Amino acid sequence: MNNPQLNQHGELQHLLSTEGLPVQILRNILDTASEFVNLAEGSEIRKVPLLHGKSVFNVFFENSTRTRTTFEIAAKKLSADVVNLNIGSSSTSKGETLLDTVDNLCAMHANMFVVRHSSSGAAHLIAKHVAPEIHVINAGDGRHAHPTQALLDMFTIRHYKKEFHNLRVAIVGDVLHSRVARSQIHALTTLGVPEVRVVAPKTLLPTHVEKLGVQVYHDMERGLRDVDVVMMLRLQNERMQGALLPSAQEYFKYYGLTQERLALAKPDAIVLHPGPMNRGVEIDSSVADGSQSVILPQVTFGIAVRMAVMSTLAGGKQ
Amino acid sequence: MSIHIKNGRLIDPKNKIDAQQDVFIVDKRIAAIGAAPQGFVALQVIDASGLIVMPGLVDVAARLREPGYEYRATLESEMEAAMAGGVTSLSCPPDTDPPLDEPGLVEMLKHRARMLNKARVFPVGALTYGLKGAELTEMVELTEAGCKAFSQADTPLTDTRVLMRAMQYAATFDYRVWLRPRDAFLAKDGVAHDGEVATRLGLPAIPVVAETIALATMLQLAKETGVKLHICRISSAEGVAMVREAKRNGLPVTCDVSMNHIHLSEMDIGFFDSNCHLIPPLRSQRDKTALRAGVLDGTIDAVCSNHSPVDEDAKQLPFAEAEAGATGMELLLPLMLKWAEQESVSLLDALARVTINPAQLLGVKTGHLSVGAHADVCVFDPNATWKVEPGALRSQGKNTPFNGYNMQGRVRHTIVEGLIAYSI
Repeated sequence: MNNPQLNQHGELQHLLSTEGLPVQILRNILDTASEFVNLAEGSEIRKVPLLHGKSVFNVFFENSTRTRTTFEIAAKKLSADVVNLNIGSSSTSKGETLLDTVDNLCAMHANMFVVRHSSSGAAHLIAKHVAPEIHVINAGDGRHAHPTQALLDMFTIRHYKKEFHNLRVAIVGDVLHSRVARSQIHALTTLGVPEVRVVAPKTLLPTHVEKLGVQVYHDMERGLRDVDVVMMLRLQNERMQGALLPSAQEYFKYYGLTQERLALAKPDAIVLHPGPMNRGVEIDSSVADGSQSVILPQVTFGIAVRMAVMSTLAGGKQ
Repeated sequence: MSIHIKNGRLIDPKNKIDAQQDVFIVDKRIAAIGAAPQGFVALQVIDASGLIVMPGLVDVAARLREPGYEYRATLESEMEAAMAGGVTSLSCPPDTDPPLDEPGLVEMLKHRARMLNKARVFPVGALTYGLKGAELTEMVELTEAGCKAFSQADTPLTDTRVLMRAMQYAATFDYRVWLRPRDAFLAKDGVAHDGEVATRLGLPAIPVVAETIALATMLQLAKETGVKLHICRISSAEGVAMVREAKRNGLPVTCDVSMNHIHLSEMDIGFFDSNCHLIPPLRSQRDKTALRAGVLDGTIDAVCSNHSPVDEDAKQLPFAEAEAGATGMELLLPLMLKWAEQESVSLLDALARVTINPAQLLGVKTGHLSVGAHADVCVFDPNATWKVEPGALRSQGKNTPFNGYNMQGRVRHTIVEGLIAYSI
């Protein structure tokens, strides 16, 4: 089966998932992001003309503020024209199908789509549908993937830990419903992290999660022991309704990240969270705001990583 | 009308014939096999040299989408598909709009089908009104109108007391009850097998226990009520094992599987191929192996197409939102031949699964070529290869997981009731 993300030269054509991406492409994106970070810190130049004359359409069928904003900033720093569409329910409630909407936007000469959708596989469907000169970036599809989030997490980890091959990483929380977790797992294993753990009650783990190459822990304390990186996941409030959890309080009691629990990890362990956080549900404020938290740098790096993804896509042969 | 089918290799599973034999048809019936009956004059001759002559296929699950879903398919288009697939008898599930819960609807469907002079249509009536699982339908009236069995199609019957009473009532008249095992709660919102692929792709999953829990309930109620129970579209290794055990214990239970499930697994979903969004879901490789073994050892009595034409727009959606189903009648024969070749099963044995066995499940007299039987015949070229593409299919539904596959075996002539209804 052809990898739908790569063109015939093996270059990145779309970024749909971190699964199945060659490690060299992942490394190149992280390296390119480093250059953008240095650029932002080092000089007066605020914009680079890599996407000059190109139109980037942020098409969000599901609401998001942070992700959409960072994509917008990233595209503008690359000198692209940016169009933001919060489709939410507007077009689809008028009966227009997803691909009709995409066709209309293509007719407006979009060069790149940044897509978020509540259904797994939506970005793949769009990528398969559009003309070969158009690039699609998945900004989150259902429970499937959120590759730019995972890449910015990898960038953050590399920034603080330098290497991947000697790390022990714990992903904690609602893996079942999390596109972030799936993308993180594939990125970590591709980049050579030898031990990736998932920590959650059985109701919040997919049945065959170990097939993704992770070790499963149900006990938070054991799961955090001696890890270098703790990646927290957001817990949606609606999980209480589906009989997946009894209450937010009980969840925090057993799976909330507190200072005491964090102390079980390595002393220099870092804590990541994709945001938005539920303080007191999955993470204690003292940890979120503590010295081991790299949650705000993640957001800053997110812009550089998204610039790197966009410029990589625009730079490939067609 | 009289037809002489000469020089063909006759395969008739019911009569255990696999030999070079001519077939003679006079006035809607098989008049003779081997030598011409006295005074026979052929008005039409089919030279079947190099071809195989078999009873027309019997497909126990083919949705014709009428009434109610004519935008997906019509009786005309799907009868053409049946002919192109060599299917001369088919039964359609009651999940039309409205469902087949009134004798008038059944009579109308049978009448419309008869006017087209193609495949024989044996409707499966709704077990409960509107398939709602609350009130029993008039099973006697529906049987008189032409229903051969009663079913809930893909709508689970959650109220076990209603299920038990429906079985008791059906058993009173010795009617068949056809059920697909699916626990409504465990399968809720699911679109893919709860396995490796759903985990990877983040698709809402349907666990195997959704099948086995419902199946356990059905088998126990069948034992209790003595009803003739038929299990539709079994999908899991555990399910096959349970049916095997029930048969061993002497329960009058039968079982079918869709051709998709003996050839495909969850892996075929690949990158969200909505053509593989099927009901029941494609399960693991291990399940597929067990289903194939079940067909081989007779635990699974029949293989069906589970023909469910879907319009193109309904498939051009993200996987979970895309409508489930695939076209299939035109692929049933080649896929059965493929299974036979892969499993080194004789054609005589393999073709029983799509002729006499399903005919017996329906309690109809077709599916064989005994002298005096209905002259429903399929003549196919076992060596012809063709590629599955939308343009090659007669069905209005063009979506199938086998799109782009090469098939071996192509129907050349389909005869229904002694009339050549299809020839290429």
